[in-house]
Amino acid sequence: MLKVSDIAEKVGLDIGVKGELNKDITGCYISDLLSDVMANSKDGELWITLQTHPNIVAVAVIKGLSGIIITNGRFPEPDTVKKAESENITIFTTHKTTFEIAGLLYNMLK
Amino acid sequence: MKIKDSIEGCFQLMGGDFTNAGAASSELKSTLARLGVSQDAVRRAAIAAFEAEMNVIIHAVAGTMHYVITTEEVKITLTDMGPGIEDIELAMQEGYSTAPDWVREMGWGAGMGLPNIKKNADKFKIDSVVGEGATLEITICIKKG
Repeated sequence: MLKVSDIAEKVGLDIGVKGELNKDITGCYISDLLSDVMANSKDGELWITLQTHPNIVAVAVIKGLSGIIITNGRFPEPDTVKKAESENITIFTTHKTTFEIAGLLYNMLK
Repeated sequence: MKIKDSIEGCFQLMGGDFTNAGAASSELKSTLARLGVSQDAVRRAAIAAFEAEMNVIIHAVAGTMHYVITTEEVKITLTDMGPGIEDIELAMQEGYSTAPDWVREMGWGAGMGLPNIKKNADKFKIDSVVGEGATLEITICIKKG
């Protein structure tokens, strides 16, 4: 199974916060609506979003997500970085769009 | 499971404190996992607790999250000082929300929280007095698994 440590290079992502890299990636969920991610994402999934505020880390912890990818050249807020470091959640950043990242990941995860 | 009689605890929640949102629920999640509660029950309790915690942070001035863990269930009670819920039936409808725009811009307030609590809880009860606050009682059975 694909691990969090595998995808930075394969998909061309920058590492914003290095969390638990040894986690298995079970799939991917895409949404900028945190309520939707709370309701519909599944354990071990990678989450692609435009949101950058600290609550994304809380959602990832509660839902047991394997990591977060922030797209479109956005960066996590300082409080988000602090929280992700203390909770051991990996955050990737990229200048690519959500569509491009999803396309690349889809071929690797399907 | 490492529970003899019961284990309880309480967290204070501050309305508007988005930075620390989820701290109480993730601590409860860790506690349950440490006690050897089944993964499914840990997951459901954490999701329900977090949705309820977010509601306090979004809507209320302050509140508390109290939990009791026994060998059979986790009971999570959230009590807040806030506006209360005018129409509980309407609030339970997916998509209905009274959250302000700036909260929606953060990705919250989609009217999915209470339905998500109901989906994950084995028992779920809401009491509210408008202008005073709301009390949510969430029960997760941990007998199975």
